[in-house]
Amino acid sequence: MENLIALLIAAPLLGAAVLLCGGRRLDAVGHWIGTLLASLSFVFGAVLFFDLLGKDATDRTLTQHLFSWIPVEGFQADIAFRLDQLSMTFVLLITGVGSLIHLYSVGYMEHDERRRRFFGYLNLFLAAMLLLVLADNYLLLYVGWEGVGLASYLLIGFWQHKPSAATAAKKAFLVNRVGDMGLSIAIMIMFTTFGTFAFGPLLGSEETPGVAGDASEGTLTAIGLMLLLAACGKSAQVPLQSWLGDAMEGPTPVSALIHAATMVTAGVYLIVRSGAIFDAAPDAQLVVTIVGAVTLLFGAIVGCAKDDIKKALAGSTMSQIGYMILAAGLGPIGYAFAIMHLVTHGFFKAGLFLGAGSVMHGMNDEVDMRKYGGLRKYMPITFITFGLGYLAIIGFPGLSGFFSKDKIIEAAFAKGGTEGWILGGCALLGAAITAYYMTRVMLMTFFGEERWRNRETASPAEPNVEPAAEHQGEHAEPHPHESPSSMTIPMIVLAFGSVFAGALFSIGDRFVNWLEPITGFEHGHSPLSAAAVTSSTVAVMVIGVAVAYVQYGRRPVPAVAPRGSLLTRAARRDLLQDDFNHVVLVRGGEHLTRSLVYVDHTLVDGVVNGTAASVGGLSGRLRRLQNGYARSYAVSMFGGAALLVAATLLMRAV
Amino acid sequence: MSASAVHSLWTTAADPISKIDAPKIEYGQLSPTLIIVGAAVVGVLIEALVPRKSRYYAQVFVSAVALVAAFAAVVALAADGYGTTKAGIAAMGAIAVDGPALFLQGTILLAGLVGLFTFAERRLDPAAHGNRVDSFAAQAGSVPGSDSEKAAVKAGFTTTEVFPLLLFAVAGMLVFPAANDLLTLFIALEVFSLPLYLMCALARRKRLMSQEAAVKYFLLGAFASAFTLFGIALLYGYAGSVSYATIAQVVDGTLTSVDPALADTMGNDALLLIGTAMLVMGLLFKVGAVPFHMWTPDVYQGAPTPVTGFMAAATKVAAFGALLRVLYVVLPGLRWDWRPVMWAVAIITMLGGAIVAITQTDIKRLLAYSSIAHAGFILAGVIATTPEGISSVLFYLAAYSFVTIGAFAVVTLVRDAGGEATHLSKWAGLGRRSPLVAAVFAVFLLAFAGIPLTSGFAGKFAVFKAAAEGGAAPLVVVGVISSAIAAFFYIRVIVLMFFSEPRPEGPTVAVPSPLTMTAIGVGVAVTVVLGVAPQYFLELASDAGVFVR
Repeated sequence: MENLIALLIAAPLLGAAVLLCGGRRLDAVGHWIGTLLASLSFVFGAVLFFDLLGKDATDRTLTQHLFSWIPVEGFQADIAFRLDQLSMTFVLLITGVGSLIHLYSVGYMEHDERRRRFFGYLNLFLAAMLLLVLADNYLLLYVGWEGVGLASYLLIGFWQHKPSAATAAKKAFLVNRVGDMGLSIAIMIMFTTFGTFAFGPLLGSEETPGVAGDASEGTLTAIGLMLLLAACGKSAQVPLQSWLGDAMEGPTPVSALIHAATMVTAGVYLIVRSGAIFDAAPDAQLVVTIVGAVTLLFGAIVGCAKDDIKKALAGSTMSQIGYMILAAGLGPIGYAFAIMHLVTHGFFKAGLFLGAGSVMHGMNDEVDMRKYGGLRKYMPITFITFGLGYLAIIGFPGLSGFFSKDKIIEAAFAKGGTEGWILGGCALLGAAITAYYMTRVMLMTFFGEERWRNRETASPAEPNVEPAAEHQGEHAEPHPHESPSSMTIPMIVLAFGSVFAGALFSIGDRFVNWLEPITGFEHGHSPLSAAAVTSSTVAVMVIGVAVAYVQYGRRPVPAVAPRGSLLTRAARRDLLQDDFNHVVLVRGGEHLTRSLVYVDHTLVDGVVNGTAASVGGLSGRLRRLQNGYARSYAVSMFGGAALLVAATLLMRAV
Repeated sequence: MSASAVHSLWTTAADPISKIDAPKIEYGQLSPTLIIVGAAVVGVLIEALVPRKSRYYAQVFVSAVALVAAFAAVVALAADGYGTTKAGIAAMGAIAVDGPALFLQGTILLAGLVGLFTFAERRLDPAAHGNRVDSFAAQAGSVPGSDSEKAAVKAGFTTTEVFPLLLFAVAGMLVFPAANDLLTLFIALEVFSLPLYLMCALARRKRLMSQEAAVKYFLLGAFASAFTLFGIALLYGYAGSVSYATIAQVVDGTLTSVDPALADTMGNDALLLIGTAMLVMGLLFKVGAVPFHMWTPDVYQGAPTPVTGFMAAATKVAAFGALLRVLYVVLPGLRWDWRPVMWAVAIITMLGGAIVAITQTDIKRLLAYSSIAHAGFILAGVIATTPEGISSVLFYLAAYSFVTIGAFAVVTLVRDAGGEATHLSKWAGLGRRSPLVAAVFAVFLLAFAGIPLTSGFAGKFAVFKAAAEGGAAPLVVVGVISSAIAAFFYIRVIVLMFFSEPRPEGPTVAVPSPLTMTAIGVGVAVTVVLGVAPQYFLELASDAGVFVR
């Protein structure tokens, strides 16, 4: 059975190799090869899953040692895989959602002449992501970590002819580097402190605690903070959140798979996987929860102000991952819920993105929700699946999001003390805002008047529409239509997940029991009763929906965005994240560079040139000793001999 | 006193009454030296008996055969185990036959052979009155610019005496690092120095400069020899013997029997220390260490370039060999006294050579200062006083000698109307006109600078490693700084050759005969092979790195 683990990764890797090296001959069938290999990987994953289910709960860790990667004295790194309940969960999510999105892309990318390459990149992403979650040590995990970063970069910039896409890809890559630096530093500290970075000895298992707890708390806090930095980069958490919104420049399936369901959750995986380290470093954990709470509000506020459907969903993604990070920072009371929310979020957010893609597909790639409206009549399947995803994310009782988010809010309160109240309050507030912005998206897209019909009257006053866009293909009024079945089937499947996954996981605590051997679990002691938390969650959800309905359901949506309040305008600009980065990092960096250049020119060059000049001058002076007279030479020799004798005698005297 | 000295030198019996043994000479083990000396004598006879027209060919033939045969003898001895297991003292205690001796003798013989090729080159200078001429004066005895000189040139005379002189010099150099007592050391020193003085005076062009160089070299050499000899006398006074082994024993205190004639002085440390300093000074003069280096630039510049190349390579090998043996065999017990002094000498040699080289404008003087800096680098290895120190110095010497002869051979090719164009400004743009020659020279310069993949890097690395492990890390730091300074002027020449506009009246590159081509080719080949795959040769040097005592 263990041998299947490598095949899990090998299948999509083979696909990537074949598709990227295969050339034009594969253009006609390439997308099916990619989809087939992704599904094959899913089948392997399913087989392994049922194999694990058949074993005892404590016996469910499979390892496969492939070969010794860096066999240096004292520095041993292996290509070895670990399949346990945690990575199994990810494997199913990645390959399952991944396969569906491959299928969806067959329809979505039908008219793109570089479709084969697109599928090659998608397969590459799958392989790297599987490597990330299956690696048995941090160094190999790092390889996967960089691999998904590369795939993400390639796919965000897939339409590289658009300068905005190319820039967004670069931005994502650069911001991620900051996080990657954190991961590499964390690995270095681990190695110097513990002499190893393999999961087994480091993190231990239930019976044998690992060495992670042996180090001083300061060291562990440092490792924890560096891991958190890595997680912030990959999962778009404050302060490294700025790239995710721009990443929506990539094709929509990419946004769904990489920037909603899987890759951006790698940070959560990293923190949950490193639980043994965080548990021993409470300060680091506190920072994790703060980052999570701040981001969940940050993303939610940004999501409220965006008119671009994908960017609104991107804000939502940040916010939801904020929930997961928050839960992961709560320790054993939150790990399982973080992962549970991660999985349910994988279903409904992927479904929402695919729905958004389907809408765009029918609307000439229009993304501005102010130019949508009343689409439920024209694309019923999209409407229904999107609607189920919407109900799931706002936490409508009975659907996936309800179960998973409710648990996180409960766990946040259970943290105890003032922290617990603050974190729980933030999570609750986030739930209200979530309900608000998702309702807004829903209403602007599928309800209300059909604003895409009479756009001529609106366009001249529209300051944001670029003239070029005005003339290219925008004259034709869009003819909204339902997408082909290759696109609707994945949406339907994901909708099932959105509806039932939460209940399936929660009833009887199945999910918690499944993960407990790996992540541990303890019941929190919430100052509020479970019923109170649940009812207040539902209550704030209803308030959020109601406010949105009043604003966007009862009144017509203006085709031109109103000026809005200061907060709205700030939120439209992603709460000034780019302005902040520009002022602090870009300007600061420029000033730093300039001063360094100045120092280099005056001080460093001065010293270098000065040294050269003084050596040259010395040379010129010494050269004069060489005057050509044998007598002077003889004097020099005599003096030298005298010194030699004197020095030798002196040495004996000393 | 002299009777006593001879007594202790030539007999092993302590009791003068017992029967005197006939000296036992191991002809087989001494064969490399004997072959060369014999060939040198044959060369003198050729000068006397063979017609002038045929002398050149006869001399070149005899010299080449002798050098090859002697090298074969060295290889045979080494293969027979005389470098390792059978190493011993030959010729009644006068000559050591051991690993370092055989390694250095092999290197000297190869350097001599390659040097012979450059000596025998007759295509570079334009034919004078229909006679092909080499780099040497038509008639050494004729006054420069006089009628007799013109007559000699017209008659097509050549100084074929250089070949026996070369062989005598080689013979002295073979004995120098193998000498196992101080008198043999001194005699070997004179045997190889005197022919060198003569050869320096024999340039065909710029004869006054050549003669001036020879006189300076002779005067200063004699001056240094006097110091050496005085040092030897003091050491004899201290130890009652000139034998290396006996002196070492007295230094260590293992030999306590006192020669009655020397009872007043034996064991007097002042004699030992002053004698050591003076003896070492004579050797430092030969290797060209600061402050005994001042002859080097003048002599290198004035001497005929083939002689310069041979001298720069072979003298350095022989002199460092002798220095190693003196310091490691005679004076190991005095290590704590001579090491700090040698530290200082090594540091000022490395820095002085590198710094003064920067402002040189003549390629031969530049290479002279470069050789001074290299002497400093090798001294760093000598100071290590470890087996690695010995083997790294042996390797460095082998690598360095071929680079040096090759580099000077290239210098002979770049010529204008006045002979060799040695001023650096004339080398500008050489790479555009003669890319091959410039590239070859660049390889040698990179090797001098110690750039990886050349023998210079491997040698420098070995020497610095040995020095660092031998506890001389600060020396290595200075060495690296000096290397950086030195790299400046080596690279500057490369830049000058390849990135400057050629001058319209610039020199031409003469097309040499296969002789010089062979010399240069061997130089490049050794430089690259020792640079890319030094391991075998490092091991060879390591195997040869044990002195017999």
